[in-house]
This record gives sequence, C-alpha cells and structure tokens, in this order.
Amino acid sequence: MAIFLTKDSKIIVQGMTGSEGKKHTRRMIENGSQIVGGVTPGKGGQSVDFDGSAVPVFNTVKEAVAATGADVTVIFVPPKFAKAAIVEAIDAEVPLCVVITEGIPVHDSTAAFGYSLGKKTRIIGPNCPGVQTPGASSAGIIPAISSPGKIGLVSKSGTLTYQMMYELREEGISTAVGIGGDPVIGTTHIDCLEAFEADPETVAIVMIGEIGGDAEERAADFIKDHVRKPVVGYVAGFMAPEGKTMGHAGAIVSGSSGTAEAKKAALEAAGVKVGKTPTEAAELMRQIVAAL
Amino acid sequence: MVVPSRYVGVIHHTCAFERTTQNGITVDLFEYQARELFAKHDVPVLGGGVAQTADEAKEIAQRIGGQVVVKAQVKTGGRGKAGGVKLAENPDEAYDRAKDILGMDIKGHTVHKVMVAQASDIAEEYYFSYLLDRTNRTFLAMASVEGGVEIEEVAATRPEALARISIDANVGVDEAKAREIVAAAKFPAEVADQIAHVAQKLWDVFIKEDALLVEVNPLVQDPDGKIIALDGKVTLDENAAFRQPAQLEYADNSAADPLEQRAKELSLNYVKLDGQVGIIGNGAGLVMSTVDVVAYAGENFGGVKPANFLDLGGGSSAEVMANGLGLILSDDQVRSVFVNVFGGITSCDTVASGIVAALAELGDKATKPLVVRLDGNNVQEGRRILAEANHPLVQLVDTMDGAAAKAAELAAAK
Repeated sequence: MAIFLTKDSKIIVQGMTGSEGKKHTRRMIENGSQIVGGVTPGKGGQSVDFDGSAVPVFNTVKEAVAATGADVTVIFVPPKFAKAAIVEAIDAEVPLCVVITEGIPVHDSTAAFGYSLGKKTRIIGPNCPGVQTPGASSAGIIPAISSPGKIGLVSKSGTLTYQMMYELREEGISTAVGIGGDPVIGTTHIDCLEAFEADPETVAIVMIGEIGGDAEERAADFIKDHVRKPVVGYVAGFMAPEGKTMGHAGAIVSGSSGTAEAKKAALEAAGVKVGKTPTEAAELMRQIVAAL
Repeated sequence: MVVPSRYVGVIHHTCAFERTTQNGITVDLFEYQARELFAKHDVPVLGGGVAQTADEAKEIAQRIGGQVVVKAQVKTGGRGKAGGVKLAENPDEAYDRAKDILGMDIKGHTVHKVMVAQASDIAEEYYFSYLLDRTNRTFLAMASVEGGVEIEEVAATRPEALARISIDANVGVDEAKAREIVAAAKFPAEVADQIAHVAQKLWDVFIKEDALLVEVNPLVQDPDGKIIALDGKVTLDENAAFRQPAQLEYADNSAADPLEQRAKELSLNYVKLDGQVGIIGNGAGLVMSTVDVVAYAGENFGGVKPANFLDLGGGSSAEVMANGLGLILSDDQVRSVFVNVFGGITSCDTVASGIVAALAELGDKATKPLVVRLDGNNVQEGRRILAEANHPLVQLVDTMDGAAAKAAELAAAK
C-alpha cells in the first residue's frame, strides 16, 4: 500500500488551469494518477481536456471534494495565494495537501502549518516536488524514474530525490517523498520514517538530508528509538563553507551544529549507514536489500 | 520548551553570505535600517541619522545636540571591539570620529556608512527578540534581564536566564502574551508595563514587515526609567517582497567577491569557493552534492577542489546556461567545468542546447574543458544534441561520480 499515496488516491489540483498546473497535471495523469478535478476560483463549471479526458474545474475545494470524493490535493497556486489555498484544503478536511509552490513567505507557511495542527490535513511541502508511489500514483512534479519496489525514500531536496530514485531504479521504490527545503515544512523526515516503518510494503528506507537546521539529528534520535527497518542516509553539503547558504533557506550553517559532519555523526550513532555520495548510499542500500 | 542553542547562534551569524545567493531568501538590515523600522512601528528609539561622509555626520550631531555615538554600519558583529563605535562630545568630534570610522575594514566589511545617534546613559540593559523557531515550526520570543552581552553566552552558560516563549502564528502577541513574556523573563515590576507595551510594538515590526528576526540588544532602561531600543537587528524574508514594496530599498546587491557581484547582476544563484573545478547544476541539493563529490574526487588528483556552487534552478533556459558558463569561465582559478544535470522538470535537451548555444556565444573565450553528465527527462535527445555538436571542449560522462573524477583529472592535468 506504500505511504500517503496509492493507486486509489483521488487527486484534485488547486491551480490546475494555470500553465504550470496544467503541464504537471498532464504528467501526473501519464504517471497513473487519478486526477478527479481542479480548483480555480471563478472557473467552476469549466473543464480542462487532457488527451481526450475532460477534468472538471470547481470554484472551491469543498465543492470539489463533495463532487469527487478527492482525498489528496496538489497546490500549484502562486505564492501570494498559497496560504489561502492551504487553509481552504484544511477547512475542506482533505487528508493530504501537497504544496509544490516555491517562494511562499515564511510567515504564511508558519501560519498555515499552525492552522493545520489538530485538524485532519497532512501538509507536505511547501517548495517540494511532492509524493510518488511508482507504478501507482504521483502527486506533484516527480517524473517517472524508478520502478515500483520496496525501498522508501525521503528527501529535502527535489533533485536529490530524483538522483536517488535513478540510482535505485532497478531495485525499486515503494514511495518517494520530497519534503521540501523551506524553513517551515508540513511533513518532516520523522513523519516519513514513522510511516515507512509502519508500511508492510517498505523493507528499507533511504533518508537524504542536507546542511542546516537539526531535522536530521532529530530523525537520528527517532530512528534509534522507533525504527527497526534498515536505514541508509546521505547528507549533502560537506564542503559548504560555514556561514554560506547554498540556495535553500533551510540550509544555514551556524556553529558546529547543522553541519553535514554533525548530521552524519548523529545518523551513524543511530545505526544508519551513511554514504559519502548518492551513488555510494545507493550501493549501501543495494547490499542491504540483497541481504534481506 | 527547549530551543537548541543554534537558534541563538543564527542571530549573531548575520550571514553576509546569505545575500549572495538568489534564493537566499533573507535580507539582513543595517542597524540604521532596523532603527527606521522600529521608529515606523512606534518602538522607542533615540534620535539619530545615517551619514556617508564626515560632513553629514557633523550635521546630524549638530541637529541632535550634546554627546553622540558614531557607529559603523556593517552587517557583522564585534564592531565595538574593532573600534567601530565611538563617543563624540560635540559636532567637531563627531566629524573626526566619522572620518576615522568611514572606510574602516571590520572583518572584511568596509564601512560605507555611520549612524550618528544620541548618546544615552544606561541604568539597565535587557535583551529581547522575536524569531522563527524552525524545530517547532512556530514563532518564538526570547527575553532576558541580562542584555548588552553576547546572548549566546547567556544561553549556553545559564539557559535559565533566557526566557523562551513560543507564539502561535495565528494569534500573535497581544497584551496577555506580552505580559507572559515579561513575567517569564522576570523583568522588574517598574518596567513591566513599558516592556509589555514595547513587546507588542516589536511584534508589529516582526509581523507587519515579514521579519524572520527582530532582535533588540540592548533594550535599555535609561536613568529616567524610560525603555529604549538602543541597538537592533532585523532580518527580512525576501519571499514576502511582493507585499512589502517599501522594503525594496533594503535590497542589498553588493557582494564582497567580484564574481559573486557579477552573479547577482545576472540573477544567478552562485557562491564562490576556493578551487579549480567549476560546477553548474540544477537544484540546490544536487549542486551541493556535486560540490562534495568533486572535492572527494579531487583528493585523488592532487587536492583539486570545487571552484563554486552554481544552481541554475528548474526549467533553466539556454540564456541562463550561457550566463552561468560565461561567469564560471571568467574565474581565473577554474581549470575545468563539471555540468551535472538531472532533468526532472528541466529537460535534458534544453540543457544540451543551452551548452551548445553558450559555447557558440563565448567563441574563443571558451578555453576550458567541460565534463557533462545528463540524466532524466529527455536524456537521449540531450546526449544526441551534444554528440552532434561535437565540440572539442565537451565530453559526456555517464555517471555523477565518474564525471566528477574526470573533471578533477582535467583540472589537475593543466
């Protein structure tokens, strides 16, 4: 059954009528996703044609959910409108809300996450590539790279998600989750580790981190206490000079903590095998899977 | 609640470097700019102004009257110790002090401006800040009656002296929350009302300006018992620029390194490193990883190192590739270039066409070997385009590790 997303997931796309939304909706359909509707305020009643199948557009998430039974929403709306879109999804009690939008103000993502607490919606992202269960469904912008399989993958970085899926394309991936590199994200490494640990179709987990924050250190603590499945880690940013940010707001190095070295040490102390390069991490995973 | 000390660390790491990256997202303000924002939101500050010349400094001192402080405006800590903060008894002295401080180098930052502020007698020094708590994904107030010193030290040695109160982003700091912070930090009863009031005004700065950090150190009580924000640090969120038009003037397009400066002008997400292998890729994670992989590969080739970080981002056009390649080739240290692209959204044929177009545009200026590794979306077409162009400087390598080794070898060979 993988995690978060299965072939039965019914997906709506907030911002489907925009150019990015349209392009990626088409790709999601090609990857097997059941796209049951789109949401664009003011365009309710219209439909968008994707190679012969007309996907209906609704004015609100509530209407879309009522009409289609959607249980996943993917958000492509511009940063300015993203907070309202997430809040709307939470109010409509959509179980999974994947926020692809890049460049959302931190005050908005913090407020949206705060609003989701104690409610029924899991947020993934923002500024993430989304979730993919190869061979079943894709919610976001992850291309079809890997065959279906039993390795769970969680990563902050989008392109490293792709790279690792590519490295493990033959062994196969149960679910890949790109959690995003923003300072405030809805679903963490820990949430994914917990879900993979509980998923009978996942036998081992690859966790990709990068410099900045302490998410990997916290994940290491969680692994020590709660994860029995083998975990392989990779951390990017060993050569990042202190005090330099390389692209992600999340990747701020300050002092000794938050460095790739500190994260690697924490993961290894939790029994995680850490690869020096993505290729080496994939090789470690191959050995583990072969021995299972 | 427990907040790791690194959050405190971030405060004093006013990373000048963050501003060098396009998606760096944060903008650190100069003290005088922070003071402007404080004044705008009715946080009590002392009279003052900013000067670029000694003459201007003198004028401001005349306007303020009496004793003034002349303070170097640099985005780094430790300016006092470096001699960048001086008292002046009168306008002529302010002129002299400004003359001394302007042009000074403080930890690699040249002083281009000084702030001239009314001098204040201080009875007590406190600490107050609002910031993003990444770990708990909420906002946080930190306050202490022990201000004026390195707050990191207080946090590390006596954490109980630094109160940490989490703030619900959807509620904010109202009167009750302000009182809670004041009580937690154990501010003396005689200033409690004033600080509770200032706490709400500082929250206005934090929320209305889309700040990620608002720090006052020290927040002082003067001999008359009045609370004043004497020095401030503010970090803004560039993602909020669309709704903060007034903050445009704070955009900082200066960079210490000339290549980083040029990258800013070209809107490239570039960080200069000290090495010989130029690196271009797509996606911050993959490029960071490429930097690492090249450094490891370099260990086998006489210690060759990565020369830079350059993330072209998603859906990069031929023009962006040309700009990026041109920039890297203009780095005299660079001896080879590694282009590492995994086509997710980006299509490999676009990248390949970009490389071919960039090389054509650069003509004779392109003299260094390029190692290219392409995978993902439309990779066959991308590889075909490069093979067909058959440029003498370009070689295709199938794997990331293999390509890194090739690029390191070429950099070492020259």
